[in-house]
Amino acid sequence: MTRSGVAITARGMRKSFGEHTVLDGVDLEVGEGTIFALLGPNGAGKTTIVRILSTLIRAEAGTIRVAGHDLAADPDGVRAAIGVTGQFSAVDNLLTGEENLQLMADLRHLGRAAGRRRVAELLDRFELTDAARKPLSTYSGGMRRRLDLAMTLVGAPRLIFLDEPTTGLDPRSRRTMWQIIRELAADGVTIFLTTQNLEEADQLADRVAVLDHGHIVTEGTPDELKRRIPGGHVQLQFAGPHELSAAAALLPAATPDPDQLSLQVYGDGSVTELRYLLNQLAEAGIGAERLSIHTPDLDDVFFTVTGHPAGTDREKAPQP
Amino acid sequence: MTATLSYTLTDSATMLRRNLKHQLRYPSLTLMLAGFPILFLLLFVYVFGGQLGAGLGPGGAHPDRHAYLTYVVPGILIMTVASAALGTAISIAMDMTEGIIDRFRTMAIARGAVLTGHVIGTLLQTLAVLVLVVGVSLAMGFRSAAGLLAWLATAGILGLFAFALIWLSTALGLAAKSVETASNTPMFLTLLPFLSSAFVPTSTMPAGLRQFAEYQPFTPVIQTTRGLLTGGPIGAHAIAAVAWSVGIALACYLWSIRLYDRRRAADPK
Repeated sequence: MTRSGVAITARGMRKSFGEHTVLDGVDLEVGEGTIFALLGPNGAGKTTIVRILSTLIRAEAGTIRVAGHDLAADPDGVRAAIGVTGQFSAVDNLLTGEENLQLMADLRHLGRAAGRRRVAELLDRFELTDAARKPLSTYSGGMRRRLDLAMTLVGAPRLIFLDEPTTGLDPRSRRTMWQIIRELAADGVTIFLTTQNLEEADQLADRVAVLDHGHIVTEGTPDELKRRIPGGHVQLQFAGPHELSAAAALLPAATPDPDQLSLQVYGDGSVTELRYLLNQLAEAGIGAERLSIHTPDLDDVFFTVTGHPAGTDREKAPQP
Repeated sequence: MTATLSYTLTDSATMLRRNLKHQLRYPSLTLMLAGFPILFLLLFVYVFGGQLGAGLGPGGAHPDRHAYLTYVVPGILIMTVASAALGTAISIAMDMTEGIIDRFRTMAIARGAVLTGHVIGTLLQTLAVLVLVVGVSLAMGFRSAAGLLAWLATAGILGLFAFALIWLSTALGLAAKSVETASNTPMFLTLLPFLSSAFVPTSTMPAGLRQFAEYQPFTPVIQTTRGLLTGGPIGAHAIAAVAWSVGIALACYLWSIRLYDRRRAADPK
């Protein structure tokens, strides 16, 4: 492994399919033992990045090091160090769950006894022991996804790529998958995941990069990204237009919405700020009906940096 | 590194086990591969055999079904080899559409092990089907004067030819853009036995066709098998059979490896 504490570095990564440029000079740096989330709409090139970093396809340009090996010069060195769970299930449908795991153990050259132990351990950890000897046709979507990840973990890789690991899973299976990912990270495994699900990135990632049109448009911790963008505000709801215009006169920086009889007051939503706001209204004798606090989430970040909402995301309904 | 060679063997063995498990779990393909030549054997012997046998052997112009059975069995064995090889293109193309292949490609697995597993697996399957077809032939009254050594030589020449056709079929399966294409492209393999000495002697064919039939690779393999099992001259046929087999196997092995690597390089998603 690298001594520098960096699991992945990429400089100027480019890739095009025919005339269509998918990646137009992407730079990435992923620290060892961290969870890195690559966020972006469909077709942004997330899967292409995973396929390049996991040696499936070659980049046209760029210097890339993965797990301490140069990607172009030593792809087998990279392969021996990584585990990949792609977007589409990478299991052998004609074998049982146990046979799939045993196949991985054999290909990782674990040896007979150690391989058996590892298979039993993973079946147990991923709650697949009961279904171990059943054909995959009887597995649910969540079970297949767990088996898929278990197969990735057979060789105990220190760097794992997860391409949209929870797409298509029900909320319960998604929570289970998040729990597994957190446990892996707690063991010091580096995780590179792609997602369209902003909540997922927020929940899991140490660092988030947003990919759009082949560029990384912003990068940082989820909190940094949220802080970097506007969008935090307090919304005041009034009973009639008189109250609204009075409040708007009192707070000139706020944005009134006459149709909704509401006023958006920008700020970070802190208690001090709220208290000050309510005092101002009380002193002026203006009564507000309701108050709601809106803190920026990654949806706002996404919208701000890409200019369009994560609307291509089938998973997450647009914010009301 | 000696480790590389040992991993090549281990990984190929692992992939072979995977392939054999597939075969055992889904025996319908194996049964279909066996059923096809057996059906042709029955058809040619019991429907056409009486008439076709008339021109063969000591029976002169009399209908001679048994003489035709003796003549056609080596041809049917070759047809078995061809149709079994055909299945490889389909199973390779199907396997390539599975997500597991992408997983294999992200692992440090010996180069070519995935393909070798398929090829050796199909070869064993072909040999098993050949035993079955020989069994049916014997039940139908086929008799051979061949000793153990001649039978082993037959198995060797058929195995070698099967190995060549399976690599050819593997390359065609990899080159195919879809499973449908993969099942259609190698169809010529089932046609070629008809344009050879498998069912009728080439001497009965018109000039242009006769030359094609005499020089295409199936004929020397059939003539060698025929010579080994039922007597008759082998001569240069054995050399031609081995040369064709080795040549096809080598060329198609290299072609397959290239195709497998190139699929890795392209394949946009």
